[in-house]
Amino acid sequence: MSNTLRPPLVAAPYAVTPHNVSRVMLWVAAALAPATVFGFWLYGWPAVHLWLITIGFSLFGEALCLRLMQRAAIPVLLDGSALLTGWLLALSLPPWAPWWLGAFGGLFATIIGKQVFGGLGQNLFNPAMVARVALLISFPAAMTVWVAPLPLTNPAAPGFIDGLRITMGGLPAAFDGVTSATMLGHAKTELSRGIDLAHSLVTVGAPADDLSGARAGSLGETASVLLAGGGLLLLVLRIITWHIPVAMLTAIAIPALIFHAIDPTRYLSTASHLLSGGAMLGAFFIATDYVTSPNTRLGQLLFGAGVGFLTYVIRTWGGYPEGVAFAVLLMNALTPVIDRYLKPRIYGRDRRGKALEIAEESTS
Amino acid sequence: MKLLNFLRGEAFQRGVHPPSHKEATADRSIRRLPFAPQLVVPLSQHIGKSPKPIVRVGQEVVRGQLIAQSDDWLSVPHHAPATGVIEAIELRPSARGPWVESIVIRVQSGSTQEDLWGKPQDLSNATPQELLQAIWDSGMVGLGGAAFPTHAKLTVPKQAHVHTLVVNGCECEPFLTCDHRVMVEEADALMAGIRYGMRATSAVRTIIGVEDNKPDAVKAIQAAIDKIGATDIFVEAVPTKYPQGSEKMLIMALFGVEIPSGGLPVSLGMVVNNVGTLAALGKLLPAGRGLTERVVTVTGPGVARPGDYRVPLGTPLKFVLEYAGAEVNSRQVIMGGPMMGQSAASLDVPITKGVSGVLVLRGEDIAEREQRVVYPCIKCGECVESCPMGLNPSILGMLASRRDYEPMGSHYHLGDCFECGCCTYVCPSNIQLAQQFRIAKQVLRERATA
Repeated sequence: MSNTLRPPLVAAPYAVTPHNVSRVMLWVAAALAPATVFGFWLYGWPAVHLWLITIGFSLFGEALCLRLMQRAAIPVLLDGSALLTGWLLALSLPPWAPWWLGAFGGLFATIIGKQVFGGLGQNLFNPAMVARVALLISFPAAMTVWVAPLPLTNPAAPGFIDGLRITMGGLPAAFDGVTSATMLGHAKTELSRGIDLAHSLVTVGAPADDLSGARAGSLGETASVLLAGGGLLLLVLRIITWHIPVAMLTAIAIPALIFHAIDPTRYLSTASHLLSGGAMLGAFFIATDYVTSPNTRLGQLLFGAGVGFLTYVIRTWGGYPEGVAFAVLLMNALTPVIDRYLKPRIYGRDRRGKALEIAEESTS
Repeated sequence: MKLLNFLRGEAFQRGVHPPSHKEATADRSIRRLPFAPQLVVPLSQHIGKSPKPIVRVGQEVVRGQLIAQSDDWLSVPHHAPATGVIEAIELRPSARGPWVESIVIRVQSGSTQEDLWGKPQDLSNATPQELLQAIWDSGMVGLGGAAFPTHAKLTVPKQAHVHTLVVNGCECEPFLTCDHRVMVEEADALMAGIRYGMRATSAVRTIIGVEDNKPDAVKAIQAAIDKIGATDIFVEAVPTKYPQGSEKMLIMALFGVEIPSGGLPVSLGMVVNNVGTLAALGKLLPAGRGLTERVVTVTGPGVARPGDYRVPLGTPLKFVLEYAGAEVNSRQVIMGGPMMGQSAASLDVPITKGVSGVLVLRGEDIAEREQRVVYPCIKCGECVESCPMGLNPSILGMLASRRDYEPMGSHYHLGDCFECGCCTYVCPSNIQLAQQFRIAKQVLRERATA
């Protein structure tokens, strides 16, 4: 039997697509890169340090759990998911945040947000958003210290060492002058003080400035155009589909349009909503997380609309100026329910799964 | 949903579009493969009891002569594929792996591939029963791959009524072109076979569904229809999408109706047959001959002379591959198409009635598949969006990986899965879902009978 060999360890189908998880993760990272690099330029070295620390600790948290389970860490780290979790979390942090915020967040994301549930694919909630919300609730002060953009090319920008000092030691007094508020935060604070938008927004700039992204905000959320560009790349590569981003942005835009039309002095414009805060980052990179979003297109539309609408509600009437993270988590919790009810009808069966009746004269 | 499908220009929901790879063989005429020195005819080639050999070792047989006979309704007779001497009746390796009782024929050198044995018959006034008997006698099974006995498939159950014969010319599997070539070259024989099929089932019309990537086949069939002036036979191009060739999907594409779960097309008044089967019937029945050869696509990146070959049944794979110029080992050889075929257990395995293709993949491609990292399911939903049946392969796969088979069948309708492989094709985590489902089904079957 010279021509009998060990049969292949694969069975039909022998044709497969070249997609794989780690390639998907790396493409998402690549799509995030432009907005991230822009964030580095905008907020300088402290942002770079924070980004590295957050990703480092998120990888460390994953490796730690795997070692505790006596599993090899390297192959799992190579799937790229922990890298991406850390990356997304870093982008949602204040760029000059102290190191321990990134470190705690990174560990929290992969340990509590992901590995405790059973690792990749098992977590109910988006790990990066779990960590962000945990940080926001635990350290509200540190999580809301924003800095005005101080681009690397600006001579006043902190250098590598100063940047490290900022990240390691907290915001030194010397740089106190540059702290600022995000547009959403500023609008909310001023509204609560009885100052309407027509007056308060004069100082933070119009939505047109938002397009460039040169304003106070999280490390990677201000460059709306670059984020949308990265999102388009993912759409073109068919890594994500349009359903969640479009549904989410539409569900932010429609209430914004209505309420802004009713009272422009109390309600921000549609453009302000779409281009500020985490709307773009959330729509293309966070709400689209495979694991925690529904797996049918109809379910994804509902999920995206839910995230968008809740974001608007939290921003407008809630206690926090920004609501993407909360909205994503709330809809994550609904995902199993959505998947349970919005599933495809099986061929030859009705919606309940009962076999179809044989209809007389059913053809021609 | 129908309007949605129409707007999308899709025939059935979901499915996939694998690269077709048909260009290497689609435009080449069918060529004859010479006789191998030795042919091996396994007695059992499909479900049903295996037929009994009616020849002795040492006996001389003539091509076309009956060599195995059965009175079991679900099994068909075999005919000698070549003139020669019965060398042995013994266990030989089969495509699936186990060794099965086979008739081994030493081919007489210089023998002709013309059929020598046959009893020309006039079936113009035959009753459906007589036609079915003639079909049974020809040893015909579905040549599309399932190898279900054709006479049984064309038999209409007592209470049922058949109005439409559906002829499946989709050939949606990548690489395969044997049906395509048969439609182009043997459209007249196909018409004759269709007439027999219609008379056996009392169908009043026939619709031939062909994927729209084969316009020459549609044209050839239309010409054949016009030639005989038939007004009850239609050819229809259906969108090219895998698995269009599944009868469930084809009926959906042609009529917009679904076969109820657990039912057969006959519950909708339809019987589905493959083009190759009917074309072969059209040639064999009037001559009163048995099935001794079939058209097989031999192709793939490792084949120097790819093409559609008319292969005597029983020809060992090794001989087919040598002739087509493929120096390979059995690990690279798939019998059937890449989506639903199976890897050859060895190169001694013979071509049987159900083998539509011999696909030779590159060794490095197989090795690459084997070495792929399997990631956990990330619930991306690609499989859900590809399953033509509307099942949830993601949940089924998670249940399968913890061997929780019962709910797969009872709750997630695993029984509706026909193993087309779309889910595995798209899975970015490289999970072999289709194979998990085959195993789960087998386990559930065994538990049900235990």
